[in-house]
Amino acid sequence: MSAGIDLENVVCDFGDFRAVDHVNVSIKPGEFFSFLGPSGCGKTTILRMISGFTEPTQGIIRIGGQDVRGQRPNQRPTALIFQNLALFPLMTVWENIAFGLEVRGVDKAKRRARADELLRLVDLPGAADKYPSQLSGGQRQRVAIARALAVEPAVMLLDEPLSALDLKLRQHMRAELRAIQKRTGVTFIYITHDQGEALAMSDRVGVMSQGRIQQVADPREIYNNPVNGFVASFVGENNIFDGTVVNPANGMAGYETALGTFRARLGALATGKGVKLFVRPEHTAISLTAAAENSVPVTISEVSFEGSFISIQGKAAGGTTLVAEIRNDGAATVPAIGSAAFMSFDPARAAILPDAETRR
Amino acid sequence: MQDLIRRYGVGLTGLMVLLVAFWLLMLVIIPNITLFESSFRPYLPVVEMGGPKDVYSPNNYLKVFDGSVETTILGMTFMVPVHIRTFFLTIWYSVTVTLACFVLAYPVAFYLAKIANPKSVPTLLLLLFVPLWVSEVLRAFAWWIILALKGPLNSLLLSLSLIDKPVRWITDYDAVLIGLVYTYILFMLFPIYNAISSLDTNQIEAAEDLGASRWRIHWRIVLPHSKPGIASGAVMVFMLSAGSLLVPSILGSTTSQWFTQTIQQWMNDALDWNTASAYAFLLLFLCTAFVSLVMWIFRVKLSDIAK
Ligand SMILES: Nc1ncnc2c1ncn2[C@@H]1O[C@H](COP(=O)(O)OP(=O)(O)OP(=O)(O)O)[C@@H](O)[C@H]1O
Ligand SMILES: [Mg+2]
Repeated sequence: MSAGIDLENVVCDFGDFRAVDHVNVSIKPGEFFSFLGPSGCGKTTILRMISGFTEPTQGIIRIGGQDVRGQRPNQRPTALIFQNLALFPLMTVWENIAFGLEVRGVDKAKRRARADELLRLVDLPGAADKYPSQLSGGQRQRVAIARALAVEPAVMLLDEPLSALDLKLRQHMRAELRAIQKRTGVTFIYITHDQGEALAMSDRVGVMSQGRIQQVADPREIYNNPVNGFVASFVGENNIFDGTVVNPANGMAGYETALGTFRARLGALATGKGVKLFVRPEHTAISLTAAAENSVPVTISEVSFEGSFISIQGKAAGGTTLVAEIRNDGAATVPAIGSAAFMSFDPARAAILPDAETRR
Repeated sequence: MQDLIRRYGVGLTGLMVLLVAFWLLMLVIIPNITLFESSFRPYLPVVEMGGPKDVYSPNNYLKVFDGSVETTILGMTFMVPVHIRTFFLTIWYSVTVTLACFVLAYPVAFYLAKIANPKSVPTLLLLLFVPLWVSEVLRAFAWWIILALKGPLNSLLLSLSLIDKPVRWITDYDAVLIGLVYTYILFMLFPIYNAISSLDTNQIEAAEDLGASRWRIHWRIVLPHSKPGIASGAVMVFMLSAGSLLVPSILGSTTSQWFTQTIQQWMNDALDWNTASAYAFLLLFLCTAFVSLVMWIFRVKLSDIAK
């Protein structure tokens, strides 16, 4: 029912612009896989190559182990959910959902029954005879999902399907999508530029930049062990220090900066020039006395109360601003603005990474 | 209106309204009313006008039932009044022209709207427009030359060995149909082009992604979406064809007669403007009725067309 997808050295050129650059990914059957990256990095292009609307310039795409080069979209076992959903406005909801069955010559009574069944699956009973224009954004979303599921695809391709929805609905639909994926067992390939969405929903995430895959890993790994500065910055906030690596040994190294010498993990790819030290604000502690290591004296410049956590900004010597986020356990003491304090971090929670994207 | 006054002031707005009203009144309403009124009056010598014989009657309209000819339809022979026969042939061939325009224009419109490189579309549209820079009379004459028995079209087809003896194109209604299709096809092309352009390409792709064949995509997605465009194109082409005088006069043969030619004969040859007016209104009303009927059958609303 569900199929894996293999992209082998896939390249896509538009004229002399390279939109997708040697992408290698293996997506497992039944996996929820997200491509995450900024606008214009080639996510949609990858999806269009998998669904058959765009042919790769180079490389092989396999669906369920089969090379699909030369197959038209209507011959591939994929179903694409478009960014704007592309529901058929002149058909009722049930006709929309049953369109794929109509194409396959299923008779009307069976189509109607299947449409009703799918409407129950996506939790939208009673909308069968409405037109898409009579539905809300979230309801249309569900119709689009049902329409794609109706053809029993081995792979569902979703192009930022939630981007048009408001925050509340988006969060609700995330859970819903995830649940539908688990229920149906279909391989989902999900595209988004929202890192929260990718991390929350996916089994694995492929982070992209400028047509290249930067890192493929599960969400925790992506967040906790980004391979480079691009990934680290794209999936979260960082305190970034600029300096040089000294005494590397056993995966750890010293890092000499204007604010002193720190100790941190040395990323695998962090060699030569252009490496920086990245620390997440929530891994940055604040104290009134200096910590044993990796400690920076700061003057508190801003405190913002975010509810579940408190974000504290401190100015270090030379004007560098550091951010520490502390959990609001109800008793957290917050230093006053203008007071002196120390910000510090655990060497195991700080990483020396190549600053730029990894090129091949 | 409020908006216009705010933007252009009372003076300019008043002038605009006045000009439009003048245009409507002098060029549309008054001539039509005059024509309508005279269509009910008998054709009399000048001295008898306004005299006891000058009374309103539907006699002019009833003249279409005069003078029957034998007509064969589907192998059966009927006696049909000659003008009624002309009227139905005009309608029938106008429908043919409309269908031919649709069949030719739809693929071109689809190509322009969805397949052609958007950068080259303005050039292509310009090329389509170029023939319109030449007057309609000249274009009809050009076709008369092209279609002549020893004309360029036959020599071309002969030299390509597609035919072995010249085809007589200007016979019966054939050349009229060719000329009308050529003259009015753009009135079909542009509304359909506009309609298809407004179709989200994702819908076509979504249909294809769900497994639809090319034909089904057109049948279920593109055609229903472009129905208003097709309808307005069809109404225009039909009305213009049925009302065309020039093309049937220039490209007609001895056996072709268009209803407008009959009107013209009443007007110019018989000098009976009253009957000519009656026939003109007959054409207008019956064509409108026919168009309304077809629109009702295809469930097209007037507001769809106006879009
Ligand atoms: N048909 C095309 N012709 C030329 N360039 C294209 C074409 N399609 C995409 N591109 C270019 O390829 C790059 C990648 O486009 P793509 O649509 O894949 O980006 P994306 O990651 O989906 O971005 P977004 O998040 O904004 O949707 C962009 O710079 C875009 O301009
Ligand atoms: Mg995109």
